[in-house]
Amino acid sequence: MRTFNQFFSKIREINQRYSKPTVEMSRAVKISLAVLRVYLFLLVVLMIYKFITVIKVV
Amino acid sequence: MDFFSLLYFRFKKVWKSIRLYLAIAGPGLVVMIADNDAGGITTYAATGAKYGYHLIWFLLLLIPVAYYVQEMTVRLGAVTKRGHAEAIFESFGAFWGWFSLIDLMIVDWLTLVTEFVGMTAALSIFGVPAWLTVILVVLLMSVIVLNGRYWTWEKIALGFCLLNLIYIPAAFMVNPSLADIAGQGLIPNLPGGLNNELFFLLMANIGTTIAPWMLFFQQSSVVDKGLQEKDIKMGKLDTFIGSIITVSVAIFIVIVTGTLLNGAPIDDAATAAKMLMKTNHYVGAFMAIGLFNAGLLGAICISLASSWAFGEIFGWAHSLNTKVKEAPWFYISFFITLATAGVIPLIPGAPLVLITLFVQVVAVTLLPAALVFLILLLNDKKTMGEYANTPLQNIVSTTIVVAIIILSTLYGVSALFPNLFQ
Repeated sequence: MRTFNQFFSKIREINQRYSKPTVEMSRAVKISLAVLRVYLFLLVVLMIYKFITVIKVV
Repeated sequence: MDFFSLLYFRFKKVWKSIRLYLAIAGPGLVVMIADNDAGGITTYAATGAKYGYHLIWFLLLLIPVAYYVQEMTVRLGAVTKRGHAEAIFESFGAFWGWFSLIDLMIVDWLTLVTEFVGMTAALSIFGVPAWLTVILVVLLMSVIVLNGRYWTWEKIALGFCLLNLIYIPAAFMVNPSLADIAGQGLIPNLPGGLNNELFFLLMANIGTTIAPWMLFFQQSSVVDKGLQEKDIKMGKLDTFIGSIITVSVAIFIVIVTGTLLNGAPIDDAATAAKMLMKTNHYVGAFMAIGLFNAGLLGAICISLASSWAFGEIFGWAHSLNTKVKEAPWFYISFFITLATAGVIPLIPGAPLVLITLFVQVVAVTLLPAALVFLILLLNDKKTMGEYANTPLQNIVSTTIVVAIIILSTLYGVSALFPNLFQ
């Protein structure tokens, strides 16, 4: 239990340490990150769709 | 100054550069040659068997692709003194950091499983049981890593890199026709037109040339070696020489299978080695030894890429220059990753095909993100200063990255839905 608590407090510490991005959020950076989010969202949707169709067949 | 004095002066200058290169060489050579891992050897063997020498020109195009992507990690590592995982956390925040780190762990572990599959298959040709191969590999890799010095680890890894060149004598032993290689292989052509099968193989070749773990590995390796900004020039040369060697080895594999197995159906490199043994025992044995070595080299680098990334984020000591007592978590994470991946091929009925498929798909989620972050970081003038990307470098690297993202996405999607592009 103590190990888990230590682990989660470490995660919280990391989240706090890196809470603010240091890169200058220029327009190009913002657009790149937004496109990346959409791209990854679509990819995850495709993987979930594939997973469901495989489960249905099985 | 007379002629001999001038000659001596020039020789001393060149010798000094060579010595400087030899001191700095390592991360670029190791990462590039380890890129020809077990999966890579299978891809090249299948390429040669299916299309003969016809796609050699395409492999040559991958030299600048691999170089331009990887040299950015040299600059980033030498200037920031941070690994790629830490750089993403710090520059883009915890969300993108965790996404990259968790994705990297999954991709690395799955790829490690495929390396063990390759190694066990390769040694099974010589009658070594799979369990013995796994135990030997885990022991050997632990000994290499636990020596407590980055320098020693790197030199041993470079020794394994030398063994990767075994495909070169193998290619000479099959007596290929140089006229055919030049005529068919060096003139860009698409044998049979651009159909689904050819497109999949081209994408597989790109996918095996640029893998997400390579970015993380080389940047962390540059940091662990302690390369400085003044070393960037030699670090880039190291990467360039590595990219030439890796593609050359790929071409020699294509020549071997293109000469002896042209038209044969090849699903994996171990099958190719067995088939080659029927025609030429030594060439088949070389193929099997090369496959084992490729899997070993890949496993050495991939497991380290994960441990370095973990150490960077969790704040553990994470250098090969540290002893086990000083960096216990670094070595424990390395060993756990290695041992758990090694066990999978030993499980009867383990879904190895599904794992291979998963590697391709999960890599597609990480590679675009890692590449986009790489370019954005290289454009951060505040951090990179004079080593930031120039407009020309941005044009070249962005073009390459966009092409890789499109093709690797198509590769991943076609792995998920094999009938989509038919």
